[in-house]
Amino acid sequence: MKYSATLLLTLTVLFTTGPLQGRIIHREQSLYQTILVDDTGSRRCLQFSVRRDQRNQSCVDLKHPQRMVFTYTQMMMAGLLLAPDPQKILIIGLGGGTLPLALNDLFPEALIDVVEIDAVVVRVAEEYFGFQSSEHIKVFETDGRIFTKRAIMRHDQYDLIILDAFNGDYIPEHLMTREYLQETRTLLGSKGTLVANTFAQSRLYDHESVTYASVFGDYFNFKQYPSSNRIILVSMAGLPTLDLLKARATRWRDRLRAYRIPIHNYPDRMSRTIDWDRDARVLTDQYAPANLLRSRNRHR
Amino acid sequence: MKNVLVSALAFTSGFVIMSLELLGGRLLAPYFGSSIYVWGSVITVFMLALSAGYLTGGWLSLFNPSLKRFSLIFFTSAATLYPLAMITEPVMERVFEALTDPRWGSLVAALILFALPTFILGLISPYAVRLLVVNVDRAGNTAGTLYFVSTIGSALGTLATSFYFVLWFQMDTIIFLLSGTLLILGFVSWIAARNR
Repeated sequence: MKYSATLLLTLTVLFTTGPLQGRIIHREQSLYQTILVDDTGSRRCLQFSVRRDQRNQSCVDLKHPQRMVFTYTQMMMAGLLLAPDPQKILIIGLGGGTLPLALNDLFPEALIDVVEIDAVVVRVAEEYFGFQSSEHIKVFETDGRIFTKRAIMRHDQYDLIILDAFNGDYIPEHLMTREYLQETRTLLGSKGTLVANTFAQSRLYDHESVTYASVFGDYFNFKQYPSSNRIILVSMAGLPTLDLLKARATRWRDRLRAYRIPIHNYPDRMSRTIDWDRDARVLTDQYAPANLLRSRNRHR
Repeated sequence: MKNVLVSALAFTSGFVIMSLELLGGRLLAPYFGSSIYVWGSVITVFMLALSAGYLTGGWLSLFNPSLKRFSLIFFTSAATLYPLAMITEPVMERVFEALTDPRWGSLVAALILFALPTFILGLISPYAVRLLVVNVDRAGNTAGTLYFVSTIGSALGTLATSFYFVLWFQMDTIIFLLSGTLLILGFVSWIAARNR
């Protein structure tokens, strides 16, 4: 046990300081975080911290810009199995802009609203990751919660909403409460689909799971090695059957190959089994210690 | 005995002020986000309200200062703190509808919600100084001790709220507990004043 830990540590040190170490081509301090752009071979990554153990937030393969480098980014495209033809899309959290670009590519007529609180992230995505807002992709530099409340006042609705607002370091706690999810549900109307990139580990997993269940009832829980993320998939029209998921996956298979999304593997991994502690407290605006819960181990 | 009691009261006021300030930032988050300007609004309102409270508390201490009157400040602070749990939601909703800029929105909401209870809490320190000062030679020493005690209270209020209270309780519950503590201390000093 001790040896394997030492080995792991050695490997980690080797790999993080060895030849894989990239070249930092841009570094900028924003109001919210330190933003780094790092080139390693043909791979360009966006990082949100200076800590060496911090994983990349968003990467693009410069030789094959369509390819999705990260497992969790690919996994979020499983939303297409629930919403086959979204025409109004809301994305909370821009990152390197991988998702809006891919969705714009797949659905050129769709209107995509992207909410990003950090103006520096928007600029870096444009300068280094080929992101560009357009007639079909609009970027709103504001807090996700504020945008959602204003969108409700405007009576806006979306076919597909993607929540991807959490970087590795800090969770905006007001975006992980029952009330926020209820507001998001309002924007989904009676047919919309929600895809949320969340945490698969720590005590927070239980709290987050019961919070989503309290608002949406049944949902798909999607985890896949080697990603430590868990994707939650909700459909207001009711979850499709496994057969329907598979039929849709077959239809998407060739189209998504260029993005390196193994969508045909997804239906079998999208689980409806409750594998969390149902007695965990629901996170609310009144009770939202997400960051504290994240540092606790699951007890079981 | 009086020293201990007044010091304990000053400690509690420091504790409650900072606990409330931390809760303030969190209460505003659902409507105005949790960006730096929200904290800027909260801290600005607290500083303004406390400065007005210090000025007024010092002035109040000119007129027959007594432990009994001191206890009235505590009753008032408990009474202004308690309704916060009920009014935050409707107040923030109105302000959110009226003001689109979250900076001004958070400032106005913080002003409406926190200025009054913080102002009342600000009365406590200067009044406590007046109660404990017996002669001019020792006035600085007495004031220094009270600042020490109430600022330690502030430090502990900050720590307890951000590390533990938010993990154990709903925010309304914390407000209720703070208000209840002020009420109990008001009674303690009321009874102490009667038994003198």
